[in-house]
Amino acid sequence: MTPTEYEYLRKFLKDNSGLDLSADKQYLIESRLLPLARKAGLSGIAELVQKLQGGARQMITDVVEAMTTNETFFFRDKVPFDHFREHIMPEIIKARAAKRSVRIWCAAGSTGQEPYSLAMCLKEMGAALTGWRVEIIATDLSQEVLEKAKAGVYSQFEVQRGLPIQMLVKYFKQTGETWQINPELRAMIQHRQLNLLHDFAQLGTFDVIFCRNVLIYFDQDTKINIFNRLARQIEPDGFLVLGAAETVVGLTDTFRPIPERRGLYKPNDPRAAAAKPVLGGAPRLAAMAGR
Amino acid sequence: MKTCLVVDDSSVVRKIARRILEGLEFEVTEAEDGSKALEICQRQLPDAVLLDWNMPVMDGFEFMGHMRRLPGGDQPKVVFCTTENNVAHIAQALSGGANEYIMKPFDKDIIADKFAEVGLIPVDQAMA
Repeated sequence: MTPTEYEYLRKFLKDNSGLDLSADKQYLIESRLLPLARKAGLSGIAELVQKLQGGARQMITDVVEAMTTNETFFFRDKVPFDHFREHIMPEIIKARAAKRSVRIWCAAGSTGQEPYSLAMCLKEMGAALTGWRVEIIATDLSQEVLEKAKAGVYSQFEVQRGLPIQMLVKYFKQTGETWQINPELRAMIQHRQLNLLHDFAQLGTFDVIFCRNVLIYFDQDTKINIFNRLARQIEPDGFLVLGAAETVVGLTDTFRPIPERRGLYKPNDPRAAAAKPVLGGAPRLAAMAGR
Repeated sequence: MKTCLVVDDSSVVRKIARRILEGLEFEVTEAEDGSKALEICQRQLPDAVLLDWNMPVMDGFEFMGHMRRLPGGDQPKVVFCTTENNVAHIAQALSGGANEYIMKPFDKDIIADKFAEVGLIPVDQAMA
């Protein structure tokens, strides 16, 4: 791949998906896009770039999907699901005792392992949620990935990553070499195509937002912008869950980390956040306002 | 250092499993059938058993039954690792006292995940 081709692809991905590749990710592009080029009968990256420059619409979608699809597995990283079971849901069950409803958004739902893991956690809570209205909305950029999530069919390899064997037996049905999550759990989840760069206000407000391992691909301004918009879709006493390598710290005051709970955040009161002095500029403003 | 007994009639599988488990910092012993595995357990129980099902002389399920009845035999974590990949076998293994179940083929990630699942290794180690 020539430097010009790489720069073209970097800019192309930034514009079309927000994916922000550093200058040294040639291997990543090659490992994801060479198979795609071959499948399309092209000789290599150079020809693929020409197709993109020519505006081949299907190719544009395919390239974005190939670059933004990530490996995932059930109960990935474990800790967020412990938070969900031990901290988030007990608080929500208390706080929403009268309303008896909970709305959860998986903002990078990918092939479904994360939303289904949450659905299994909720099922395991049993009687505590009897009579509750539970909504899980799983969104992803990629239509192909959403179709897989909707079907809920996983290979033997996939069901062995992160999923305790008891849960496999309890919640999946074996069909030949594949395993399908049972209809009751599938019915708990709504799958929708969504690009986080675009407006998502129409999704409504949520008690819990899982937004893991997707913001790492965005540049700082995009991250800040998404955090600020997420803050508008979350209940004042709701919870935001980020990936292990992600944080709001230093980026936004709209959320604050919960001590001793890695990856877990609460929205700040918008007025408190606005009044809090930020980096020298804000105190002067506050002082002026006080005059 | 934690110990793991690898029970499989295939020397190739034992070798692959050994390499993975030593990478996870286990001290590994091997047995080629359930009967030899039981002899080892009667001398000293391991922390973990990675257990094939179909083997000559004594199969994995029968071995597990005998081992669980030894003094302290409820302690080792038993992780089946077998080509038997249907729900009936999995359910039988679990009700017979297995802690986890791997369907072959397996790789390092699956072993690490399953071992973390039953508390044999820390979760962060499985992620590494």
